[in-house]
Amino acid sequence: MSIAEIPDFKQTIPIDKIGVEERVSRLNKRSIKKDSKLQALKLALSMIDHTTLEGKDSEGKVIQLCSKARLPYAPMPDLPHVAAVCVYPNMVSTAKKALQGTDVKVASVATAFPSGMAQFHIKLDDTRYAVDQGADEIDMVISRGEFLKGNYSFIFDEIAAIKEACGEAHLKVILETGELETLENVRKASDIAMYAGADFIKTSTGKILPAATQPVTLVMLEAIRDFYHETGTMVGMKPAGGIRKAKEALQYLVLVKETLGSAWLTPDWFRFGASSLTNDLLMQIVKQETGVYQSINYFSND
Amino acid sequence: MADRLEVLKTYKTYVGGKFPRSESDRTYRVTDRKEKHIANACRCSRKDVRDAVLAARSAFGGWSSRSAYNRGQVLYRIAEMLEGRKEQFIKELELAGVKEKDARAEVHTSIDRLIYFAGWTDKISQVFGTVNPVASAHFNFSSPDATGVVGIIAPDRSPLLSSISLIAPVIASGNSCVLIASVENPLPAVSFGEVLHASDVPGGVVNILTGYRDETVDTLSSHKDVNAVLNTIADRETRKLIDENASISVKRVTHYPAEDWFLDDHENPYLILEFMETKTTWHPVGI
Repeated sequence: MSIAEIPDFKQTIPIDKIGVEERVSRLNKRSIKKDSKLQALKLALSMIDHTTLEGKDSEGKVIQLCSKARLPYAPMPDLPHVAAVCVYPNMVSTAKKALQGTDVKVASVATAFPSGMAQFHIKLDDTRYAVDQGADEIDMVISRGEFLKGNYSFIFDEIAAIKEACGEAHLKVILETGELETLENVRKASDIAMYAGADFIKTSTGKILPAATQPVTLVMLEAIRDFYHETGTMVGMKPAGGIRKAKEALQYLVLVKETLGSAWLTPDWFRFGASSLTNDLLMQIVKQETGVYQSINYFSND
Repeated sequence: MADRLEVLKTYKTYVGGKFPRSESDRTYRVTDRKEKHIANACRCSRKDVRDAVLAARSAFGGWSSRSAYNRGQVLYRIAEMLEGRKEQFIKELELAGVKEKDARAEVHTSIDRLIYFAGWTDKISQVFGTVNPVASAHFNFSSPDATGVVGIIAPDRSPLLSSISLIAPVIASGNSCVLIASVENPLPAVSFGEVLHASDVPGGVVNILTGYRDETVDTLSSHKDVNAVLNTIADRETRKLIDENASISVKRVTHYPAEDWFLDDHENPYLILEFMETKTTWHPVGI
């Protein structure tokens, strides 16, 4: 991409907040029942980045997480496995080993997740380390402080440099929308990330409230759509944090379908960053199959 | 001027400490003994049952970990609140065709029954807990613990007294419950929800639904997050349905049909014990 094609990020694209909320609430009213619901639940399951990002994570916990990722519910072995597991860099090799022989990807957060408050070379090293350990995908955070200062070229260069450090690995850029204050900023950060080379844009770290919300997701999806019309390049979307219920997951799928179309409705282009969503999806799938409301006691924790 | 058209109240349900209408937006007519339309009640669907079970499950942890003494205070508080609002309940029973004298007796017995069970909360484990003789070097003791979420299917007879006689022993030990109120006269049970709301019972410990049993009992008794069912309906088909559904997740089932809810028989600690599990601890000693 030549310099001329990169838009001027000092220009702000206005976002109609009321309009966004109206559209979200209208799309939320869409009713998905029976077979379509079951299909959607299974699709959502296959799009999950099964995540554990806690200071108390251990190898044991990550191995357990990986077994759940490859076989979410043993009594129903035909269910799809999740898209990826998402862990800290020092857990990547453990996860990689536990997932050997499966299509489940290993994603690693990097660049001094979740705050991103570290020197630039440390962020690069963090990224290279995760890739060396075998991470297929890197989830980086942007420097929100610099962004809010208006230092957009800093953000652009940072993302571009991390993208280079990723090599073959896919890069997801976390905007941490809960700290960006306005939807205009969300749109701007999305544009910067995509023009700088992001393969995915992601809403949140899950460590800050509010995390993923549907209005924010819709704004990001529209940014992806416009970027696709401009450049012909598809970029993926990952809402993360706070999505716990199957019903919400289906609402997100409707947003994607209505904004970007069916091409994005695959784990290659859309992901959910979540930990407890997996069990709720499983409970709803089993409810659909058996007609009996389920209890969390019958599903494994990780 | 023409006669004024009276506004008939639509009674709402009581779920998770709130008073929502049925998710289905449906209602049905409640009539008195002479078929006169006296009010409307929500016709709950299986989704309402699901929501109520969810509320009961989230309330269970907090309620069961309260001290038994505190649960007794809360039950006593319900009785106090009911005493203060008894005229409303007498009127409501009269509205449905109960004679004033009988209505008053029903409310009074209801209050006394709450007081009775309030006294048992901190005594149940003393009376039914045991120290067991064992041959090894262990101190071995058993104590009763709350079962979990209990589904209650209330009868049509004595709608206030029966509901309270069923709810009180269940929540006394720390269970939470979902009660399917009488179909014929659900009004006192729903109004009792208002009393619960005004006393210190945490939201979700007691949930009260109204509607037709053939639309709710199946879902309630098959729901895997319900740990026990207390049924007062004697009808064979209903009992069979509950028994079969309960077997899916091995729920505790107690069929408790009663002709006369005024009898003293309903005041006994074994009703509390029905919805408790025995926990036995082996504690090494002398090693």
